Amino acid sequence: MIFLTRRAGFSASHYYWNEAWSEEKNRRVFGRCANRNGHGHNYTLEVTLAGEPDPQTGFVVDLKWLKDVIEREILAAWDHKHLNLDTPDFAHAIPTTENIAIAAWNRLEPTITAAGRARLSKVRVYETPEIFAEFRGQQ
Amino acid sequence: MIAAFGRRYIFSASHRLDAPALDADQNRAAYGKCNNAHGHGHNYFLQVMVAGPVNEETGMVVDMAALDETVRRLVLDRFDQANLNFDPLFADCVPTTENLCREIFSLLQNALPAGVLDQLRVEETENNFFECLREVD
Repeated sequence: MIFLTRRAGFSASHYYWNEAWSEEKNRRVFGRCANRNGHGHNYTLEVTLAGEPDPQTGFVVDLKWLKDVIEREILAAWDHKHLNLDTPDFAHAIPTTENIAIAAWNRLEPTITAAGRARLSKVRVYETPEIFAEFRGQQ
Repeated sequence: MIAAFGRRYIFSASHRLDAPALDADQNRAAYGKCNNAHGHGHNYFLQVMVAGPVNEETGMVVDMAALDETVRRLVLDRFDQANLNFDPLFADCVPTTENLCREIFSLLQNALPAGVLDQLRVEETENNFFECLREVD
């Protein structure tokens, strides 16, 4: 089994806010991330697929194909967008790094599974070089 | 929904690799320049991953400020700007980064809620790193 990872970047803004909570509680729990005018990051996405190399090409999957899938499913929707306001993914979920990793998985998994070449193993999202989250599917 | 959250920290420490069970020649052969009598140092990067259910109210696996505080108190305050050989943890154990990784895993595992610590990585330089993974039953 080979694990193959493709990295991509996107830049987006967000804020953390739970509508069910008071303003005071949002500010206490989320601190500066609760600023309603938002703030932004250069996110790095790492998409890892698991599979066997094709005997003829030696590829688990064609990396250009994977790049195109990431661009179509993720970057087109999230790059240079406000995650809370411009995307449907976070209508009912706060765009924390954890939830961004889950939403990225949900966007990528159907296409990767349908291609039948490899399975999606994990998605890692870096919010900064020091903060990241990883989703490995329903466990 | 189980997800993992990762956080990176840095600390600077010195060490000398010298096993009491080996003689001087054997230590030099085993550890090379890491056996230098007066030690040497590194900027260690520590990567802590915790895993668990994503809290539906906060969207988070862990309170990052609380994790930072635990790591600061148990690891950074202890090892940053210190000589690892003089720490009691390494009184009978060579402070290789393998052993350092295992000791930090143990310190954090004992302090964090049970089963939360998922993976721990200590990077000694840009070119070498060591990992301890949670043992799955």
